Amino acid sequence: MLVFSELLDRLIYTRSRNGKLTLIVQYLQLAPDPDRGWVLAALSGELEFPTVKISAVRKMVAERVDEQLYKLSRDFVGDTAETVALIWPEQDIASDTKPPTVDEVVSILMATSRAKAPSILAELMDRLDSNGRFALLKFATGAMRIGVSARLAKTAFAKAFDMEVEDVEEVWHALKPPYRELFDWAEGKSDKPDLSGIPFFRPFMLAHPLEERTVDLKDYAAEWKWDGIRIQLSHANGETRLYSRGGDDITAAFPEVATGFDRDGVVDGELLVRGEFQGGEAASFNALQQRLGRKKVSAKMMAEYPAFVRLYDILFEQEIDLREQSWMDRRNSLETFVPKLNDQFFDISTLLEAKDFDDLAQIRKGARSAAIEGVMLKRKDSPYIAGRKTGLWYKWKRDPLVADCVMMYAQRGSGKRSSFYSDYTFGCWTDDGELYPVGKAYSGFTDEELKMLDRFVRQNTIDRFGPVREVEKTLVFEVAFDSIHESKRHKSGLAMRFPRISRIRTDKPAEEADHVATLKAMVT
Amino acid sequence: MSSNSHWIEPHPHGIFVKPAKAWIDPMRPVENALVTHGHADHARGGHENVWATPETLAIMNLRYGIDLGNPVPFGSGIEMGGVKISYHSAGHVLGSAQILMEYQGEKVVATGDYKRRHDPTCAPFEVLQCDIFITEATFGLPVFRHPPTSEEIAKLLEVKKGNPDRCVLVGAYALGKAQRVIGEFREAGYNDPIYLHGALEKMCNLYSELGVQLGDIRPVLETPKEDMRGQIVLAPPSALNDRWSRRLPDPVTAMASGWMRVRQRARQRNVELPIIMSDHADWDELTQTIAEVAPSETWVTHGREDALVRWCGLNQMKAKALSMIGREEEDD
Repeated sequence: MLVFSELLDRLIYTRSRNGKLTLIVQYLQLAPDPDRGWVLAALSGELEFPTVKISAVRKMVAERVDEQLYKLSRDFVGDTAETVALIWPEQDIASDTKPPTVDEVVSILMATSRAKAPSILAELMDRLDSNGRFALLKFATGAMRIGVSARLAKTAFAKAFDMEVEDVEEVWHALKPPYRELFDWAEGKSDKPDLSGIPFFRPFMLAHPLEERTVDLKDYAAEWKWDGIRIQLSHANGETRLYSRGGDDITAAFPEVATGFDRDGVVDGELLVRGEFQGGEAASFNALQQRLGRKKVSAKMMAEYPAFVRLYDILFEQEIDLREQSWMDRRNSLETFVPKLNDQFFDISTLLEAKDFDDLAQIRKGARSAAIEGVMLKRKDSPYIAGRKTGLWYKWKRDPLVADCVMMYAQRGSGKRSSFYSDYTFGCWTDDGELYPVGKAYSGFTDEELKMLDRFVRQNTIDRFGPVREVEKTLVFEVAFDSIHESKRHKSGLAMRFPRISRIRTDKPAEEADHVATLKAMVT
Repeated sequence: MSSNSHWIEPHPHGIFVKPAKAWIDPMRPVENALVTHGHADHARGGHENVWATPETLAIMNLRYGIDLGNPVPFGSGIEMGGVKISYHSAGHVLGSAQILMEYQGEKVVATGDYKRRHDPTCAPFEVLQCDIFITEATFGLPVFRHPPTSEEIAKLLEVKKGNPDRCVLVGAYALGKAQRVIGEFREAGYNDPIYLHGALEKMCNLYSELGVQLGDIRPVLETPKEDMRGQIVLAPPSALNDRWSRRLPDPVTAMASGWMRVRQRARQRNVELPIIMSDHADWDELTQTIAEVAPSETWVTHGREDALVRWCGLNQMKAKALSMIGREEEDD
């Protein structure tokens, strides 16, 4: 537990992704089995002790600490686990008491009942120092909140053993903590784990931005790029799993889709919501967002935001791996596969018929549907390859929308940018001549421009609200964004998708920036 | 506010010693001020007469340019309006004092700020028996337990060793903390140059003049960036993430403060390396001190009074909270 608590502490104070990655890599290389497997599970959010809840922690502390002293401390610290770890009265630890290992903690917590959890946990607390107690409580209650995603944990694993993260992801979901088979395979002690008969995640094939290239449509097929979320459906032995881009299991958020997919195989597509205002057509990303990030979903949500999947590739049909086949052959298989599925939840992404590239450019320009984000180009003879390989798939996004906005507030960035005001809130004019914030951006400018913007903020600050500075409303940004939606959360009633600073318009007076009404007209 | 001692009156902006017509650490200009130590939330400018230790007067002189004041060295006494007043070491920063007052057979101690553990840059805290003990409570919550200082210094030196291409930038308040951090490094056997932000230089020089040895300290300003790799730099907390720090080679940002015990506090400050080191008593020191002094009544001021008053209650000791304003801004 000591090594783990040190890792946890360092992760908390390390801001950069690479820094976190290095710390986890070192831990995975050096820590013993099965401790490192349990920790990997905790970091990737896959460890759960059903009988140990935060209420057990509260009960436990009530036995040892005066209630009022605890409450005053909790109010100040703001986090239950940290308060309890710090306030825990230290025992004179006998010299022969050893701090528990991670594995010991796991077996003790797995075996406990709800009723016994507080006293079992207290015994463990007595064997640890304050950092150890903090780590124990975070580990036991599963709420780590240390800025490490499941994807980062997997990437660290791959890096620690010199593997490709796609290979790790492929077997990941079929294995259970502490992933003994995974470590054995990674260290060359055994073969790749056998996964037949279980639904699991296969890494996605990804696309490059087309940018200034053109392609010959003899070699490439074109289809719409849908503005939903990329998902994979995997079905085997009567069980379906839904995976997001990062390989996270999101089955629980879309149970109706999972149940609707009842054939053995693995398919790739876009998860969308059917919009009632579009005559049953796919709705904007905004509508889909209502259903994302939920652990459970109500019948009402399912009825109001009916989800479906627009399929565009097939990786497995029954047990047969189609990934080595050409896109063309897979497309043929997909076209016979989709009609066998429930059409309430599944349809096929149709191909775009274009004479040539210029014609396609015209079609792309004419796209009006809220659910279209651009055009995809897929090489007809290409196999399905995990990751992003040049020349096979391209995404050709719709030209971004732009608006001229005025900088209103600025905040410092983090990491290397912590001394720079690099996050900007900008606004547009109302008809009454007031500026309403319409978005926030922290990218799109060069390092030189950042220095200039930082100087501007410092020299034009008119007020401070904690870390936020309000500036003189004189600097105009041209802001580019993929789309804009109605939002109740903002005063302007608008929310931009992927806003970034495309140009700094020092030449433009603030009064000539755009109006909120102009932006409202762009809403999809 | 009712109290046993009719002659001591707590007010939001200071404690009034009635027969002496003098205020302890007043926040607004008064005729007679008894000042415990040089931090800005205790020592203000603008008083007509100031009584303080010679070191505190020197610090006030440096900060406010007041060359007035009546020096009261540790242990020596004065008498004002029938009140016997003496100054005794509080162990907080150089010159910091507790003020002991005796009137009509009743003894009152006002601690100002204090700590109990060793500090190479100031005299240790003295336990004074008294009837009424007026204690600070900056870290008056049981979550605050400062670890041994040597462990925190070792942590800093280890990080410095592990990052020869970077420098370790330690945020420390200009009066007291900065000099103590340097002193602790020296006690740990670290004798290399320590680099200073300009805002820390004057106070460090004053400490040296007053006989506190700080070793080889140099201004950052005159040092080329390349030479700062692998070095230790001290700066006031406000400079940690400011433009000033861009002149340093990829600094590891550390902060020496008692608040660093709480992770979220450290993260808010953008700190990579929290160093838990305080010039205030932690919870254990506060409760230990009240138990040792064993007054008939404890008054708790600036900080988290409620928890300490509660602790006194749980231990059958009489206590009350004073609500004073404007404290604990600078000197954690």
